[in-house]
Amino acid sequence: MRLFNIILGVAVTGILGFFGIKEVLADPAYFFALLLGGLTRGSIYALIALGYTMVYGIIELINFAHGEIYMIGAMTALIVSTVLGLWGWNSAVIVILAFVFAIFYSCAYGFTVEKIAYKPLRTAPRLSALISAIGMSLFLQNYVMLAQTPGFLPFESLIPDFEFWEPFADIITSVEMTIIATTVIVMILLGILIKFTRIGKAMRATAQDQIMASLVGINVNRVISTTFVVGSATAAIGGVLIACHVGQINFYIGFLAGLKAFIAAVLGGIGSIPGAVLGSLVLGISESLFTGYFWSEYEDVFAFVILVIILIFRPSGILGRNETSKV
Amino acid sequence: MEPILNVKNLTMNFGGLKALDNVNIAVEKGQIAALIGPNGAGKTTFFNCITGIYEPSEGHVEITPPGKPTQRLNGLKTNIVAEKGLARTFQNIRLFEGMTVLENVMIGRHCRLKSGIISAMLRPSAQKDEEQKAVSDSYRILEKIGLDKYVNEMAVNLPYGAQRRLEIARALATDPFLLLLDEPAAGMNPQETKELDELIIWLRDNEDLSILLIEHDMKLVMSLSDNIHVVDYGRKIAEGTPREVKSNSDVIKAYLGDDSEDA
Repeated sequence: MRLFNIILGVAVTGILGFFGIKEVLADPAYFFALLLGGLTRGSIYALIALGYTMVYGIIELINFAHGEIYMIGAMTALIVSTVLGLWGWNSAVIVILAFVFAIFYSCAYGFTVEKIAYKPLRTAPRLSALISAIGMSLFLQNYVMLAQTPGFLPFESLIPDFEFWEPFADIITSVEMTIIATTVIVMILLGILIKFTRIGKAMRATAQDQIMASLVGINVNRVISTTFVVGSATAAIGGVLIACHVGQINFYIGFLAGLKAFIAAVLGGIGSIPGAVLGSLVLGISESLFTGYFWSEYEDVFAFVILVIILIFRPSGILGRNETSKV
Repeated sequence: MEPILNVKNLTMNFGGLKALDNVNIAVEKGQIAALIGPNGAGKTTFFNCITGIYEPSEGHVEITPPGKPTQRLNGLKTNIVAEKGLARTFQNIRLFEGMTVLENVMIGRHCRLKSGIISAMLRPSAQKDEEQKAVSDSYRILEKIGLDKYVNEMAVNLPYGAQRRLEIARALATDPFLLLLDEPAAGMNPQETKELDELIIWLRDNEDLSILLIEHDMKLVMSLSDNIHVVDYGRKIAEGTPREVKSNSDVIKAYLGDDSEDA
């Protein structure tokens, strides 16, 4: 089986590589544009995938309502920026407040969803919590649809075309640059949080062994809440950024984005934070290249094909470790 | 004086199975007490009932920390029990393997630190000082236990005996007044067991700790303990000094079987 995998891998890479190099040499600028587009897309996936992977790392739950948290982030930013825009506030203030409110609302939703839908099921079989997550996802979608509108809402980009970015604007727009830069900053901050702060240590301890963590005095419930809040905050940032990039949102955007980010998390190795980032970038870039060189209509199909392939050949993902069962 | 741990009429049912049946155990301050019994007698269940992993079906678990009033532990959450000053180790090692030795101990220190996320954002300097102190406290504990040379090693890479000691170090980091050790000598070689024996006595004499341990190594139990409690099939069958327990006919019966039944 292993040998077969290797042969298959080499063959596929070889064929793709051969055609790939030919295409790239024919039009390098096009290839580069696709690469940057993929990087942008991957950054957004990464911001969402982090929430999936952190929650999975700690309570082994696929939080299917996570995509909705991202959508709520985008919706909140839209409402805040529209209202403040009508009042004629300074656009820099609007950007900041839109982000602050989006993060705050998404965190509040993430926190509440955990308390209502997952905490009572902490000791229940994992399938129950999963079903509860799907229910929560449907509920939030429909709730936003009824409270707002089923149609698409135009989202005016909060991020202006920076003047200093003018010389590079042909290669990559200010919005794309902002997305990539923000993602990098968020990743660094998150890395510091997990690696060096006390709550980060408590998170890692809880992920490894919940009972032992509580025996040394860690309030596991609080750690789990914090994880949801942090994951929701990064998703909200992703939501606002993508809305700026795409220019329109509706209640349904969280569903597909959530699924894609989930694929990215699985691709990288669910439960692993560097894995989620890597998986997101790989998925974003390969999606972008696929749509650029093959058929753009099959973009989503391509993502799911990738999911199926990983699940068959490397279920633990790129950076995931093989599951060792707990005693 | 009140015993620091006083367990009265403790009963634990799992469905129809009585894992513990009306057990009374008291541990005095400064004592090394041992809980022994054949496999499946309910010793670990007893620990789980005290530390809040299980909620006892009946009975009282009371503690009297030095200089504090008597409190009931029934139904408290595990992390609260840890904050009250009970720390434990496990019979199968449960270290945080992906962390360094120092981090493992610092995690134990966690519950004794005050500042949370909010104060970390508002007053980073106070947070930093506290963190510094946690590091130096943890390092001091490692020195005492003799693990300071491993500070930055990953916990999983330590030799077996050192991992066992690290579990004790992590338990000590929570500042307990009572240490519960579940088979601390399991799997140790004679040299490691001897060092453990010395460590436990040293802890009692120098750290103002009381210790309750579960152990199968009778030589260790007999040499260490001030008081031994024997359980069998969830019931307590004997209590006393090592000498008394050794000559108790019920205990011999429980360990070696009853001849009269076969006759």
